[in-house]
Amino acid sequence: MTLFKERGVVLRSYRLGEADRIVVFLTESHGKVRAVAKGVRRTTSKFGARLEPMSHVLMLLWAGRGDLDIVKQVEIVDHFPVLRGDLGRLTRGLSLIEVAEQMAQERHSDPRLYSMLVGALRVLDDTTRDPAMVAPSFFLKALVLDGAEPVLDGCASCGLSGDHVKLVAFSLPDGGALCSNCRRGRPLSAPALELMRRILGGTLGNVLSGPAPVGTEEVTLLTTEAVESHLERRLRSVRSATGI
Amino acid sequence: MYTGSLRSLIDELGRLPGIGPKSAQRIAFYLLKVPDEDALRLSAAIEAVKEHTTLCERCYNVAEGGELCAYCGDERREAGIVCVVEDPRDIVAVERTRQFHGRYHVLQGALNPLEGIGPEQLRVAELLSRVKAEGIHEVILCTNPNLEGEATAMYVAQLLQPVGVRVTRIASGLPVGGDLEYADELTLGRALEGRRDVER
Repeated sequence: MTLFKERGVVLRSYRLGEADRIVVFLTESHGKVRAVAKGVRRTTSKFGARLEPMSHVLMLLWAGRGDLDIVKQVEIVDHFPVLRGDLGRLTRGLSLIEVAEQMAQERHSDPRLYSMLVGALRVLDDTTRDPAMVAPSFFLKALVLDGAEPVLDGCASCGLSGDHVKLVAFSLPDGGALCSNCRRGRPLSAPALELMRRILGGTLGNVLSGPAPVGTEEVTLLTTEAVESHLERRLRSVRSATGI
Repeated sequence: MYTGSLRSLIDELGRLPGIGPKSAQRIAFYLLKVPDEDALRLSAAIEAVKEHTTLCERCYNVAEGGELCAYCGDERREAGIVCVVEDPRDIVAVERTRQFHGRYHVLQGALNPLEGIGPEQLRVAELLSRVKAEGIHEVILCTNPNLEGEATAMYVAQLLQPVGVRVTRIASGLPVGGDLEYADELTLGRALEGRRDVER
């Protein structure tokens, strides 16, 4: 039973009893951590406001004998006010949170997923950046991190590659982009393929710095379906956000 | 192990929110001990609430013995202002202030994309048709000041924008009687944002 300091992003919280909450964090060095925050639903709570989903916080946790830690103190690192004040950015932020929660493992450190999530939320909070490519880029990068990198430089099914091979379809269960002989899944346009290559090829900064590039909508759909296929579940935040 | 009616009472009590198996057992034995008329009064109250309580046809608050709730049926209340809340319990909280004399609209929840709760699960379309049909001139968004409540308020405000009605959001700030030095930076920031002129 010890006290420990940790940085983390609040993924979600559940009501517990009269005024408490169970808060799920993605932490820097302990992976996904669940902790009880006592009395935070009361208006007099000193740190209830800091434990809203998507808050990036520095906290003091008490690790007890059970699965649940206890939140003792919380300080805000980033609250992302722009992201919270814009419905479009907010729903995109929630889709990152949902994917991060599904991919993170309890008490299993994954600093790359953590820093990717914090970075993506910071981009969404920046009014000078177009938010459209943040979620699809995060989904693609998360797939790579989870060992499911799609093949984009040749046909994932027959293995043909080179300039003469035209990649015309995309299917994650088949491994990525597919040529016209092996086509299955969704049709894939040349701008969308190029955009995905840029995201995974080290020029993500450029993709996120300008206005939404050609193929954004297609890549959004393809990466959403790919991540859903990898996680074997629908992304609720994306599906309900389409109604918004 | 318990059998028969006692077992079934413990099982039913155990289904209630916040009641675990031990509590269910304790309450069941308490009900066994109390005089018959006390236990039957409880059972009659449950029966009555299920039989007579409905949702108000206008605002979706809890209504009893009619189509409209007490607030919608009260002609003295101002019909042009509507306070939008998530849950009927929020109406009780607003009423305790004695500051609001308009009508209400209960959304029956808040947007929660992480739980898959979208606008179609809420009474948002009904609010929109009410605003158009009832000549409402102000809508006060009184949803909770948390992520779900704020998202709901933004969404409803966006929908109401083309209608041309005045849309306001309740203020966030410091609790009366509290100490500034203990306030968290987010609440204090909101309080500063929503500051107002002092009348002289």
